Amino acid sequence: MPTAESSELYALTVTDGDPSWAGALAGVALKLPVFHVLEPDITAQIPEDVYERELSFATFSLDTDAVTESTRRVREQNGAG
Amino acid sequence: MTMQLAGKRVLALGERDGIQGPSISACAKAAGATVVLEQTHCFV
Repeated sequence: MPTAESSELYALTVTDGDPSWAGALAGVALKLPVFHVLEPDITAQIPEDVYERELSFATFSLDTDAVTESTRRVREQNGAG
Repeated sequence: MTMQLAGKRVLALGERDGIQGPSISACAKAAGATVVLEQTHCFV
């Protein structure tokens, strides 16, 4: 199950480089603007029927605030997006 | 400032036990973005 920590890990991997230094992006700072699909600014752009079909079920089990906050923090700290 | 998905190119990186790549991809496309990569990984 995704957590704030796992969200932070993938967000860091595509911005500042793989923090675990285990993969191909170790030391590679792509500085891509990273967003979680459940961030309010993103979900607001998704048609309601698609949101209901693809995302609504996940919101029952995910700690949405935690995973979106960790992604936002990485994005802002790395100047990407 | 809000990031507008319409017209953007998106890498849809899903998590196996969370929201998977195809779902992110469907949402991005419906919002007007072009999906250039769609993957689902396990982060455990």
